[in-house]
Parts: sequence; structure tokens; C-alpha cells
Amino acid sequence: MAQIFAYILHKNGVIDDTARELLAVARKIDASATPTALVLGAGSELASACAAAAGAYAQVWKVDNAALAYPNAEVVRKALVKLVPAGSIVLMAHEHFGMDLAPGLAIRMDAAFVSDLVDIEDLDGGLLKAVRQEFGGAVHSHVTVDLSTGAVITARPGSFQAKEEAAAGGQVADKSGAVEDLAGRRDFIEVVAAEVGDVDITKSEVLVSCGRGFEEQDNLAIAFELAKAMGADVSCSRPIVDAKWLEKARQVGTSGQTVKPKVYMACGISGSFQHMGGIKGNPFIVAINKNPKAPIFQVADVGIVADVLEFIPELTEKIKEGA
Amino acid sequence: MEPALLSPAAFKFFHVPAAFFAFLIPLIGIGAFLFIMKRRLDPLLKAAPDPRFGRIAQRVYQVLKIWLAQWRHPRYMTAGVLHILLFAGFLILGARSLELMFVGFWEGFTLPGFDGPLGHAYKVIKDYATTWVFFVVLIAAVRRGLFKPDRYAVPKRYGKDHTLEAIFVLGLIGTLVVSESLFDGSLLAAQIQQGHKAEFVAPATLAWFFRNLLADRPMASLQSLHIGSYFVHHLTFFFFLCFLPMGKHFHVITSLFNVFFMRLERGNIKPVRHGVSDAQLDELESFGVKRFEDFTWKHVLDFYSCADCGRCSDNCPANAVGRPLSPRFISIKGRDYAFANYPLLDPDVVKEADYQLIGTVYSEDEIWSCTTCGACEQECPVGIEYIDKIVDLRRGMVDSGNVPQSLQKPLGAMEKRGNPWGKMEKKRAEWTKALAPEFRVKDFSAGETAETLYFADSITSYDDRMQAIAQATARVLHRAGIDFGVLGKDEKDSGHEARRFGEEMLFQNLKASNTEAILASGARRIVTADPHAFNALKKDYQGLPPVEHISQVIVRAVKEGRLRLKPAERDGKVYTYHDPCYLGRHNDLYDDPRQALDAIPGLQRVEMLRSRDRSFCCGGGGLMLFYEPEEEQRMGVLRVQMAAKTGANVIVTACPFCLVNMEDAIKVAGLEGKMAAIDLAELIVGHLVD
Amino acid sequence: MDILVCVKRVPDTSENEIELNRAGNDINRDDLVYSVNEWDNYAVEEALRIVENAGGSVTVVTVGDEEAEEVLRREMAMGADKGLLLCDEAFEGSDGMGLARILKAAVEKGKYDLILTGAQADDGAGQVGGMLAAMLDLPFASLVNLIEVGEGKLKVGREIEGGNQEMNAISLPCVLSIQTGINEPRYVGIRGIRKVASVEIPRLGAGDLGLDAGKVGAAAAKVKRLDYFVPEMGAGAEILEGSTDEIIAKLLELLKAKGGLK
Repeated sequence: MAQIFAYILHKNGVIDDTARELLAVARKIDASATPTALVLGAGSELASACAAAAGAYAQVWKVDNAALAYPNAEVVRKALVKLVPAGSIVLMAHEHFGMDLAPGLAIRMDAAFVSDLVDIEDLDGGLLKAVRQEFGGAVHSHVTVDLSTGAVITARPGSFQAKEEAAAGGQVADKSGAVEDLAGRRDFIEVVAAEVGDVDITKSEVLVSCGRGFEEQDNLAIAFELAKAMGADVSCSRPIVDAKWLEKARQVGTSGQTVKPKVYMACGISGSFQHMGGIKGNPFIVAINKNPKAPIFQVADVGIVADVLEFIPELTEKIKEGA
Repeated sequence: MEPALLSPAAFKFFHVPAAFFAFLIPLIGIGAFLFIMKRRLDPLLKAAPDPRFGRIAQRVYQVLKIWLAQWRHPRYMTAGVLHILLFAGFLILGARSLELMFVGFWEGFTLPGFDGPLGHAYKVIKDYATTWVFFVVLIAAVRRGLFKPDRYAVPKRYGKDHTLEAIFVLGLIGTLVVSESLFDGSLLAAQIQQGHKAEFVAPATLAWFFRNLLADRPMASLQSLHIGSYFVHHLTFFFFLCFLPMGKHFHVITSLFNVFFMRLERGNIKPVRHGVSDAQLDELESFGVKRFEDFTWKHVLDFYSCADCGRCSDNCPANAVGRPLSPRFISIKGRDYAFANYPLLDPDVVKEADYQLIGTVYSEDEIWSCTTCGACEQECPVGIEYIDKIVDLRRGMVDSGNVPQSLQKPLGAMEKRGNPWGKMEKKRAEWTKALAPEFRVKDFSAGETAETLYFADSITSYDDRMQAIAQATARVLHRAGIDFGVLGKDEKDSGHEARRFGEEMLFQNLKASNTEAILASGARRIVTADPHAFNALKKDYQGLPPVEHISQVIVRAVKEGRLRLKPAERDGKVYTYHDPCYLGRHNDLYDDPRQALDAIPGLQRVEMLRSRDRSFCCGGGGLMLFYEPEEEQRMGVLRVQMAAKTGANVIVTACPFCLVNMEDAIKVAGLEGKMAAIDLAELIVGHLVD
Repeated sequence: MDILVCVKRVPDTSENEIELNRAGNDINRDDLVYSVNEWDNYAVEEALRIVENAGGSVTVVTVGDEEAEEVLRREMAMGADKGLLLCDEAFEGSDGMGLARILKAAVEKGKYDLILTGAQADDGAGQVGGMLAAMLDLPFASLVNLIEVGEGKLKVGREIEGGNQEMNAISLPCVLSIQTGINEPRYVGIRGIRKVASVEIPRLGAGDLGLDAGKVGAAAAKVKRLDYFVPEMGAGAEILEGSTDEIIAKLLELLKAKGGLK
């Protein structure tokens, strides 16, 4: 069996939740695998990230290089091509950095590439049978991946359950020497922060989140009334921000904010994975949607098949009566 | 007998005959006027064609009614009456002005036929006309200058206030009538002083007043006044004539023509280019209005004819809710563009070429804001049209790819699936399934035949709530014993809104597809409950069987006893009927829906202040549901509040789009539980005798 | 600047109900309508805007069968100067890598300063842009939502987490994958398409591109789709049923228990 590597995302010395999820991916490919964590970066933040990765992975490869202070996919790819032996399997999270890095890495490694897996079913010979979603989650598909010349695999964040294992007490090996010149043709300049709104939904305990089901901007008023009655804040899905009905700072999802509420009221939200990717901490999810086939009902704890425009005002009324 | 005073024709300024000046002034004045008119004609000659020279009898009738009889003016009572008096004064005094022009160099001139009793009668009439014009000018000036009615205000984004121009022109008119009366009054005073048999002067007129005022003035002063007032009148008259084509008073000249050439049909949309058939459309280089010269000559004449009276904008629902559209300024900006780009004195400076109107003269949002409700055109006293201009400007934007993202999806979906939501064709008749326990709706697309075709159109076919209208309509037809069917998957969107949003080719495709399906169905008549579909099939399509709205069917069936209605319950419900624009204004169907309502015994119905041809648009149908306008509030909310004001608690509509907008507006206005909206067909079905 | 934009014909999720067929192994293709992949459309609009300001040309290319020509025409109606249809039986069943290989061959047939792709497609994996760049050895950036043209290089913004934007300088020539929202694509109506209906669109097959047919197509694919399916809804939400009042009563109880009411 080829060696499995997991590329670890980290920021400010803290590793991303997906680090442990990739361990689960590796185990699904090969239950007996001892995957190696790849932690690239620079300076003291890298040291803490490596220590954190060693808490999950038995083996951690560290690359410390000033050029890696900000993870630039082109630079990281150069480092990985030098570092990872031919025929290996490299796992990473399917998010903006993975999308930047993974396809090109597969070409450079002359390995197979498959992206955005939501599940892995089995490994038969050199063929991996995995599950993807297509058409916005309307249907799933089985794909086979030929692992014989190695593979780069990206997994959808949140799809693989990380097991809270005891500290792995992993060994950190410094591989900085293996990479030298990392100069590239793409240079990172800066990160322009999104406009900050008047509310910080990342700190909210209860969120009333609005989606397309609201149909028109004026209808959002009923969400604000419910939120007021519940003592909650209002968040939303991407279409609401795209339509400029609410500010970007209220958007939950992979291209918006990551929230960790206790209760999440998904109102008129279909529940695309990009949206669900912004919900962490396993909240109690209530889905209200008039389409009984909406994917949100697969991930919610409680579902109500109803038109939000009719249901929410009644709910608000009842909450006010009870208060 | 010597005349009491020297007439202008006999008077001399230091040996120079005054007649010389009296002849020179009109010569220069008329010359300048003709030159100006020629320049003003240039843009009309460059504009797109529009064959409006047929149906002369109807056009003459319009002129007699709308121009001469000022038919639309009393819709605004104060301003209307003032204008009628002023207009009548102008007509009457026109003859006097002509006469005065000759008097300056033609001793003792009278208009042909005016030397006898007719002349005496005319003199009395014109003296009173002069007088009432004088008082109307005073009242109008006070009204404009002090009371400042809201509809004359110029919002900041449209430039400076127009009050000064209005007052200035009132001043000119005042000068004309005062100088004319002084001219007569001074002569009359002199005649009395000299013991001549004074001519009769109508009492309590301005001339009479001046005669009395000047009775004991020295003869020399009277002579000076007589000649002076003549020349003041002369100069003012010709200055005014040349000033007319410089601004809003151009309507004094153009309104006659504008009314003669005004549209005779309503609800229809002009072809992309007159003289180019639908089949030839592909050959056109460009669609719609992009440059000023793409407007038709009638549309340029419209710009010239706007009197800035503000009635269009006062009735425009888009303007009322703060959308960036005010029809009055569509005209004024167009006129200002024409004046600026066809300057009088520099004929070589004609800035046309690739000057795009959108983004400079008009904004995109301004042009997309119109619901094509037609309230502006209904109101305009000089027959200016707006819908065709808006549609032509939209055609230009569509042709340039300049379409808001919010509209691209539904347009694309209509192209692919025949409905703006992109729903499956095979699900178009799914609403019929709920009726299965009662009766089966025939489907032409499955090879069935029926006498009547029910054309549901997209929103009624697919929208969860509006499917109830389809079901109610089908029940009405069924209970009235009408053999009917639907086109099922072969029905496409009527394209009514696609056309009015400027996507002509999409409309043409939808029309071709529907026409083929309708003709193939073998149905002998068409019924629809959607006024937009009704208007499309009637006005935009050709060669179809007769089309009726369900309200017409209901009224006839009730009269013939095929539908029997039970009395309204005594539940405190007060109904008001909201006229859908495409049923009322565009098709004159005001009475049938009301008769249908009144056919329910004991139903209490009240009228809103704005009803019938002054109905207030619900917010717009079709693609307007997708467009996200800038606005301060919704039209529907204003409309629901109007209904509430009458004491009604149920709004009855006869259009699915009105129902969507009203139901939404009731929620937004916080009137849930206090106000409800229902479609006419639903209400009728609820009152059918079991 | 001469720009190549890679586009794809896909069933648009907003105009189709994507469902399984009766056999349960594929989506129901009977009633599908197709359009250009939404992300690709933004890429073409961006290319047109760059060329409108900086001069140059826009070529659109797609790998597909004869029907794929319609999306090329649509993009040409938008304003693209040329279309290129890469069409060969040997291409059928290609995986992402195969598609990238075919496109690479087409890129090398011309001379382009900038190559754009959509960041992803509804039925794709978001892979072709990155692969193509690596094969051509050109710099790459994904999820691009801003492009500013500079001398010999571009300033590009990428959409990253939290709605933030990562700014990069990238040298030309390069490959960028475009995220939706970078611009507002212009409208193309039926009239626009008819205007370009008779424009000749060159077709290139494996031979024209100098491609080894064994390196593309189903046989060379390392990744293969076996089937489509809809997973059992077993683990889904507990659906509250009953009258609205009953539902609300039950919901309020649950919300209280979970700390959702204050």
C-alpha cells in the first residue's frame, strides 16, 4: 500500500478541523494506514501547528521555509513535489486552498486526481471506490480512482467524522532540507478583509438563517422579528448576499463566515454543502423548507415542511405569547 | 370724419412711418419663427419612420375631443378649467392678433367678413376673452408662484425648478392682453373726449376698464398709449411666437399635431421598426432605441409637446414609490437632448453618431422601472406615449446585452423551457390533477379536442398559490357547461412581458410556438384568467380565435342562467375591485368584473378613489416580479392602503400578478387578518350554488 | 491580450430537475436542457472586458460533441471572436486529466497570453484549470474574483474563507479559474445567437491536435464515474408533523431543551 500523506491547513499555530477529518479519510482508504501529516510554514507558528498535528498523527513532516509563511499554492506545490515520494496518496481538504493546489499537484506527481469526496466505500485492488455529489447535491455518484500511480484526493470538509483519538504523540521530522529554492511566478500581496457588518454572527449562540425561500428582500423582516423573539441573530446563505439583501458579514458558508451556534434555524435554506461547511460545533439544526426534498433535511436534526413566509410569523407569535 | 387718434398705419415717428416698423416686425418675427421651426423639424426628419397617416376620421375625432374640447383637462379640475379658459382665449384671440398684425400698415383693415355684424359679435367675445385670459394669468401666476402644487416640483436629480419659465410666459400672455386692451381702450377714451359716437364696448372688460380709466387723459398721452401699446403687443407677440419652440410652450404649436397623430390603439406595442415585418427582423442591424435618432418622429414630437404639467408622473406608480422613473422627465430630458444636439445657430453641430442615450440621458434603472401600466398615457392631455418609448429603449439595452442579472435567468429559462422559472414543460398542467375527483380537464397536447381553449399562462400554471386561480377558472368553465381543454405541455409563456421587457425575438419564438399549438388545437375560442395573456393573445398575436377574459364568461353565464350564485354571507366582508392594468386601461374591461361581483346577491362592494382608468398598478407582472428595483416602498402596499381607506377588507382582483403583489403587500403592510386578497374566479367558485 | 476561455456545456440546475432515471444508475436525461456552465460564462465576460480595455482577442474552446457547438455560439454572440470545437470520438469518457490534456494541445496550437476557465461546474470537479496550468507549466490561481491588468502581469483577487479576498501578483502568461460574481455577464438573446449562426467554427480532432488517442478518452481515465444514486434519507431530520399549532408546540419544546429560547 502506498504511503498516505495529509496536507494540514493551519493558521496562527492552530490546525484546521479538517486535519483530523483527513485522518478519518486515510483510515477509510486503508484501516491500517499510518498517514503522515505534512505541515508546511515558517517560524514559531509552524512549531505550534506541528505540535498540534502530532496530537493526531503518528508521523509529522515539517517544512520550515520563509517562502511558506503564507501558503501560496504554487510554492507549496513545489515543496510537495520534492518531498512526497512518487506513487504516494496525498489528502487535502476541498476548500479554496485545496482547489488552488491539488489539481496541479496531481499533474506534477503524475498521479490520479479526485476531488470533493463525501465518502469512501472500499478499496479493491488498486481501485478506490468513492462517493461524490453533483448538481448541487441533487444526486450522488460513485467514482473509481486508479491509485496505481498515486493519487491526490480532496475531501469535503465536514463529511468525514474525525474520531477523537487519544494523543498520538507523533514524531515531528524536519524535512526543511529537502526543499530549497521555492521562488514562484505568483506572489502573495495581501488579504483584503471582508466588510465588517454590525453583527458578529461567529459569536452568536442562536442563529435564524435566511435563504432563497424568503423570495424578496422585504420578507426578511419576519426573520428579524423571529430572531428578536428568540434572542437570536440573523444570518443568511449566499444567494441573499449576492442579491445584496444582507451584508456579507452575515453570510454563513465556505465563502462566508464559520459559525458555532448552539441552535441553527435554517429557514428557506436548501442546505448546499458550501453553506453547511460554514456551520461547526454540531449545533441543533432546525430546517424549515417547503421543499421536502431539500438537502437541508438530511443534515438537520428537526425538519418542518412549510413555507417560511407562512410558518415563521406564526412561530414568532407563539414565542411572544409564551414570553 | 377724422379718426379720434392716428392709427399705427398713419402714425409717423419723426417722419418715419410707423407702418414701416409695423411691417418689419412681423417680417423678421415670422422669418425667425420659420427658421427655428425648420431646425426643430430636423430631428423629426432623421428619426425612425412611423406610418400615422391613416384612419383620418378617427384622428380628426381625437383632435376635436382631446385637443379642441380639452377632454382630459377636467381630470385635474382647477388646472384643467384654467387651461380650458386659456386655451379658448388663445383660439379666440388668434384672429384678433392676425388682424392687429395688418392694422399696423393697413389703415382700417378688418379680417374678411368681420366688417359687419359678425365683426361686432366677435369684438364682444374677444373683449371678454381678453379679460378672462388676464384673470386666468393672474390666478395661474399666484398658483405657480405662491401655492406651488407638488406635481410641478422638480426633484434634484432632474435639474432646476421650472417655475421661472412658467411665470415668464404668464407675464408675456399678460402683456399681450393688457396691451391689446390698452390699444382699444385708449382709442375709445379719445373717441369719447372728441365727442365721437363712441363705439360699443362690452362692459366689465379690460378695454372697457381702460376706456374709463383713461377718460380724462390728454389726447397726446392717449395717442402715445395707442401707438405704444400697439408696438408692445406687436413685439411681444412675435417674441412669444419665436419663444414658443424654446421650451415647454412648444406644445402651443405641436399639441394639435401630436393629438392628431396620437396612438389610436391601446395595449399594443409598436413593431421593432415600422415597415419591417416580423419575418424580416433578422435583417435589422440594430434593435430598439440606442441613439436619439432611433426614436420615431412621433416620439420626438412627443418630446416637443410635453407641457410639463406633471399629470403623467402624478399618476405613475413607479414615481409614487420612489423608483428612479418619472415619465414627465422622460419627455423633458428627450426634449433637452434634441435642443442641445440640434442647436439653432450652428447647424453643423449635430452631435449624433454613437451617442448612447442609456447611461447619459436616461439611466438603466429608470427604464427598467416602468411596469407599462399605462397610467401616464391615459392622463396626458396632449397624447404623449411612453410605453413604446420604454420598450424601444429596453430593446436597445437587450440588443447591447445590457440586462440586469435578475432578469437574465428568467429570460433564459423562457427561451429554454417556455416559462420564467425554468420548470419542466411536462408539469405545466399538473394543477389539473387536483380537480380529478370532480372532473377531468382535457389536454389538447394529448390529442383531445374541445370547443374552448383555456390558456392559463406561466404563473397560473406553476405557482403554488396561483394554481388555485387555474383550478377556480376551470371550475367556472366546467360549471358553466363549457367544453374546454388546456394546451398542457404545448403551452408556452405568452411572451407578453418578454416583449415589454424588450426581448422581441424571444417573444417572437414564444408567439410562433403558441400560435401553432393554438391553431392545431382546433379550439374555436380562447378563455384566459390572466389579463397579460389576454392582452398578448388579443394585441400581440394575429390570426387566433376570439379571446375572452374569464370575467366576460362569468357575466354571460350568469345572465344565461348557466351559473347560479348564492348570496354573500353576512360576515362583515366589504369588497373592493382592483382594476388590473391590462384588463382595464389597456382593454377597457371595467364593467364585466364589477358585474360579476354584483351578481353575487348581497355582496357589499365599494370603489377605491383610484379605480377604473385611474387604477393604481399593483407592482407589475411577469418579469417585473424578478426585477429588483430601487424603491422606497412597494406599489402594492400603497394600493392595499388605498383599499383599506375605502373601508374594504377584501381586495378582489382578476389577475394572478395582482394577486401575488396584493397578498405580499398585505403582509408587508402589516394588514394580515384585517385585509385579504382573492381572485374573481375564486370568489365566484366560492359562491356557486351547490 | 489574446485570451482563451475554456467552456463547457452542462445541464443548468436552475432549469432542470436533476433526478435519477428508472434504472437508478444515471440521471434522467430525457428532459434536460443545457446551457454554458455558469462559471465559464463569467470567465468569458471577464475576458471580453479585458479585451475591451486592453485590446486583443477572445477565443472560446470546448471539448464535446456537435451539440456543444451551441455554447460556443452563445459565447461568440456575447462577443468572443473565435470558437474552437475539440471533437473526436477518442475524447469520449475522458476524465479531468484527459480533458486538460486535450485543452493543452489546443492551447499549444495557438498563442495565448491568458487562459481562463470557470472555477467549477455543477457536474465537475473544479480541476481542469489547475491541471492545464501544470501541464503547460504556467502559473495558476483559482477562484479568481478580481483581475487588474498590469505590465506583463496581473493583479488577481481570490475568494477565500470568511468572504476575504487574497490578492496576488501573477506573471503572464497564466491560467486563472474564475469565480462567479467577478462581474455581471451581459445578456445574450436569441437574436445575438442568430447573428453568429453562420460563422464557421473550426473542429479539431485528436489528429489535428497531434494527440495520442490512447492518452485521452475512457481508456486513459484514471477516474471513472460508475453511476449516480440518491442516498437513503435514513439519517435525516425528524420531520415534525401535525397541525401548525402542534408543530410549533413541539418545536418550542425542543428549542427550550437545546437553549434556543431565551
